[in-house]
Amino acid sequence: MSEADTLADAGKWRVRDWRRLGVRGAELIPQTRMSGPMPWVIAIMVAMTAIALAAGLALGNAISLARAEIEGGVTIQVIEPRDEIREREAAAAVDAIKRLPHVAGLRRVPQAELDGLIEPWLGTGIAAATGAAIPVPSLIDVRLKGPATPPQLAAIEKAIAKVAPSAKVDAQSSWLRPVFDAMVSLQVLSISLVLLLAGALAAAVLLAARSALGANRDIIEIVHLLGGTDTQVARVFQRSIGFDAAGGGTVGLALAMVVILSLGRRFASLGAGLVDSGALVWTDWLLLALVPLLSTLLAMLTARLTVLHALRKML
Amino acid sequence: MLAIAAPVARSDQTQHRYTSMTADGEIVHFDNVGLRYGTEREVLSDLTFTLFAGRFYFLTGASGAGKTSLLRLLYLAQRPSRGAIRMFGTDLITLPRSRLPGLRRRTGVVFQDFRLIPHLSAFDNVALPLRVAGHQERDIGGPVRDILEWVGLSDKLDAGPATLSGGEQQRVAIARAVIARPAMLVADEPTGNVDSEMALKLLRLFEMLNRQGTTVVVATHDLDLLRKVPDSLIMRLDRGRLADPTGALRYPPRRLT
Ligand SMILES: Nc1ncnc2c1ncn2[C@@H]1O[C@H](COP(=O)(O)OP(=O)(O)O)[C@@H](O)[C@H]1O
Ligand SMILES: [Mg+2]
Repeated sequence: MSEADTLADAGKWRVRDWRRLGVRGAELIPQTRMSGPMPWVIAIMVAMTAIALAAGLALGNAISLARAEIEGGVTIQVIEPRDEIREREAAAAVDAIKRLPHVAGLRRVPQAELDGLIEPWLGTGIAAATGAAIPVPSLIDVRLKGPATPPQLAAIEKAIAKVAPSAKVDAQSSWLRPVFDAMVSLQVLSISLVLLLAGALAAAVLLAARSALGANRDIIEIVHLLGGTDTQVARVFQRSIGFDAAGGGTVGLALAMVVILSLGRRFASLGAGLVDSGALVWTDWLLLALVPLLSTLLAMLTARLTVLHALRKML
Repeated sequence: MLAIAAPVARSDQTQHRYTSMTADGEIVHFDNVGLRYGTEREVLSDLTFTLFAGRFYFLTGASGAGKTSLLRLLYLAQRPSRGAIRMFGTDLITLPRSRLPGLRRRTGVVFQDFRLIPHLSAFDNVALPLRVAGHQERDIGGPVRDILEWVGLSDKLDAGPATLSGGEQQRVAIARAVIARPAMLVADEPTGNVDSEMALKLLRLFEMLNRQGTTVVVATHDLDLLRKVPDSLIMRLDRGRLADPTGALRYPPRRLT
């Protein structure tokens, strides 16, 4: 459909609202809603906004969970091939770190778990087959009270340097950082999309309101001459777009829900930790439900301001 | 059909509420007013006159003399290009746009082309001035039905303008113009589309409103009409200029009561 057609349609679709000029709003009985293009434009906008918002919220949840996980996490590897020395250094390191004030807790990763980690590459029963165990580093998971800062890492390194010279200290955030940054960029992107879509919605309403004004110019002039105020005229358009936006918004939200729920199920079946942690909580669903409501308000406000602005040029 | 016991006469308490006319009874004053559309030459020039409350005016002149243009100034569809207009004691030149609706509600207009709203029934067209003025819906139905009955259209309440004849549309337009009991009634060629019998009835209606205190201004090129309202004052436009040969506009004769 050409732009001209769309505008002409928008004009026609408004005309019905004059059927009962709602100076008193209750008089305005809109007929055959969902006929013009506007409700569908709004439905698409609302669907896209809700999907973008859902993505943003899910990413936000994943980010905040991941942040709590990794920010205070420090991994200590004792890399020493000789079993007894490695064992001694690891035990000494655990003792030394325990006494540090900013350490919330720590855990020695048990040998069975380490074996489990390398099993996919080397299989089971290595010791039995080769007569010697593969020297796997000892791992200590340290959880700090706050985020791991360079001075704190330095303090840990200093505390274990003497008792466990072969230990290596790593903040977990350092290697997760790129993933983390990518998630934040995606979140920024989805929030920008929400804002852009709101702008596009306002622009579409502005165009529709302008063409409706043009199409109903004569009627507006009569209403003016009978003593009607700009506000009364604006209210007619505002109500009309309000109905369309509410209808379109509901359809759009339903559409978005289908998409979000089916995508959610797909991600959940991946079973990947990060994605799992991005599940939406009830406040997120509430925000999504607000999308059609806020879109309706935005559309009505835009229509009102457009109409009032245009009428100021009439006598 | 147009019974004289009209509903407009029912609520006598609203008749004398035109407080804004000045002490000498002035309702409209034009001072050296000129009007041009765009950059064309002036279609109205040097208009200086006063309309007095409660009088009946005919505005005559050949087609193209500027009658409609002058009425457009009166019902505030147009601002003058020059000069000053005072209406209901309010200076229009300095009047902010936001106060126009209040002023317009005090003037009833019968447009030359009726200008009924095509998507509204006869009932809703007539109800429009009341709704615009913020009347409660329960206060609207009665008066609207009464006045439509009075102009002989009680069987056409729900009819759309497109299904009405020219004369019927005109009567709807007149009903809409008077429903809110305006202080001034402005009618542009109101008898142009009706037979002479209906024209006379409409004239009697205007006279009756006039007797109740409404100032009436009727534009017409039908000179026969003038003779039918003996008390009327005549303003004659000639190519945009006002002729006042008898001085009646500036010094109206006292009304015999
Ligand atoms: N909107 C307008 N734009 C330009 N010229 C106009 C407009 N309305 C009226 N005129 C011109 O003004 C003059 C007076 O017109 P009008 O007031 O309609 O006269 P009347 O009602 O006495 O026939 C005419 O020459 C007409 O062509
Ligand atoms: Mg005319």
